Amino acid sequence: MGKLYDQLATDVRFKEGLTACLNCGTCTAICPAAEFYNYQPRQIVDILQTKDDSQIEALLKSDLIWYCGECMSCVTRCPRNNAPGLLIMALRSLSQELGYFVESEKGRQQLAIKRTVGSWILDFGYCLYPSLITPENHPEQGPVWEWEHKNLVKVMERLGANYQKTGPGILRKIPQEDLDEIRKIFEVTAGIERFEKIEAFSKKKAGELGIPFDDGMNNEYIQQIYTTNSGSHTRKHED
Amino acid sequence: MKIEGKKQIWKDYQKEIAGDHYFYVRSCVRQNFFPGSEKTFLRILQNELHKDIYENAAHTTCSGIGYHSDIVPIATTMTMIARQFALMTEAGLENLATSCITSFGLYNEILETWHHFPEVEEKTREHLWNATKREFKKPANVAHASDIIYKYREEISEKAKFKLVNKDTGKPLKAVEHIGCHYARMFPDKGVGGAEYPYVLTGMIESWGGEVIDYPERRHCCGFGFRQYLVMANRGFSIACSKKKFESMEPYHPDLILTNCPGCPMFLDRWQYAISEMEGKTYGPNGQGIPVLTYEELAGMLLGYDPWDLGLQVHQVPVEPLLDKIGIPYNSTKKFSGIQGEDLGKPDSPSVLKFYTGQ
Repeated sequence: MGKLYDQLATDVRFKEGLTACLNCGTCTAICPAAEFYNYQPRQIVDILQTKDDSQIEALLKSDLIWYCGECMSCVTRCPRNNAPGLLIMALRSLSQELGYFVESEKGRQQLAIKRTVGSWILDFGYCLYPSLITPENHPEQGPVWEWEHKNLVKVMERLGANYQKTGPGILRKIPQEDLDEIRKIFEVTAGIERFEKIEAFSKKKAGELGIPFDDGMNNEYIQQIYTTNSGSHTRKHED
Repeated sequence: MKIEGKKQIWKDYQKEIAGDHYFYVRSCVRQNFFPGSEKTFLRILQNELHKDIYENAAHTTCSGIGYHSDIVPIATTMTMIARQFALMTEAGLENLATSCITSFGLYNEILETWHHFPEVEEKTREHLWNATKREFKKPANVAHASDIIYKYREEISEKAKFKLVNKDTGKPLKAVEHIGCHYARMFPDKGVGGAEYPYVLTGMIESWGGEVIDYPERRHCCGFGFRQYLVMANRGFSIACSKKKFESMEPYHPDLILTNCPGCPMFLDRWQYAISEMEGKTYGPNGQGIPVLTYEELAGMLLGYDPWDLGLQVHQVPVEPLLDKIGIPYNSTKKFSGIQGEDLGKPDSPSVLKFYTGQ
């Protein structure tokens, strides 16, 4: 048994997610990501079952572990009570802990999520925050969101929100003492440490690649990981 | 004996839903994109059903989107959720009502994990104490907000001013329903009807006069996929999943899509717009889209609430064709006004999708 396998086996999701896979492929048949990407959850479980460190290391450094949408359809359907979706979560955690995530195009995207959702959790107490969901980054949100975004305070008031105000209610300003509590939770549970690792490994990778990098959202590295798709990930339709 | 046997089998697909005295935890997605739905949920519970539901301003995100986009470690999310439980315990309540399905799935996942790994629960209690000096009891009941609306669907039906019926033909309107992945895929016994026969939305549609349409991709994911939407480079996955559903439901000519999850109505609404811009394709008649509703929006519409109080004006796919079919009145000129009637301008019209500018 390899060292990486041992590390994975400490994750409760790994313990719950891997019993004994018979490679039937039911997970792959039901998987929305397998339909779109060059991806098979069956293959992931197959590699894990080898317990072979070199194969697991290659997996942790590859795009393969970043295609899953965590819908958990595989959990419902597996006839042997495996949970490939949970195994993916354990793999993604370890990939970030070890800094392997920066070795793949899809893995490198974690920095963009950390600097948006991660920051919003700590700064505002919400995973999403409307003033920062910009029409430029979200053209698919359409002209109604653009109008809403331009008139955010007034529209939120019309819709019954308590936006940026004290007291309970929709999008209320979460009191500072509560934000302090969640920051403390992130500190004692190594959530901050995870964020720092994502930053440090990303900065190092940007240096290796020679791509300009800073703490903000407008540097070339962030723009590249947020918008670039090499086109090598999806299944090609046969004519 | 035979009946008892069948009853026993179906019992696995039923769920106990607390009847009153709820601790309410909000949804990040809904607060941003469908705030009117949360407002309407509380309005229905408090004003129509006279239930006791409490919200503490100190509650925060459960961190679920961060967890499922894998930037937040599991120990952190468990402790964030333990803090919500602590606020509930401090309020003297034990029935949790969650507005979000990602949260609902996570609450169930974590309670189940703690059940199988008591040492993980102990560690979480230690983390919470060290970080906040708070303690908690586990909830006696975890309901998704839709479970509660489902439980009281007949009471809502009795109070409703309208039915899901075409006012001109008298025929039931055709609805497709979308359950949302984290409602019952992982823990089927936590959802009404389980993963095989999810009935939470179907029950509402049937009680309120509509007809549920089955279609091949009924259970396919809307395509949120967390990181598959959050990062612009990945959104092809998201729109492809929604498109697969639209193409599959189109031949059945649904009058509406009813949704359960916070994210799904947003994606099924916005991706219809995006597909119309990218491919010139619309899925309703005459360049219209298929209106997408939350269960609170639908309940509120039928109860006769003003559509603009429900927040239907912030849908990108206009809901007016559905309001017209049912015969629900609305004031077009107030669609994009502020609360005092102030002029906030209007959104631009999309290039293809038929839009109602409110004039």
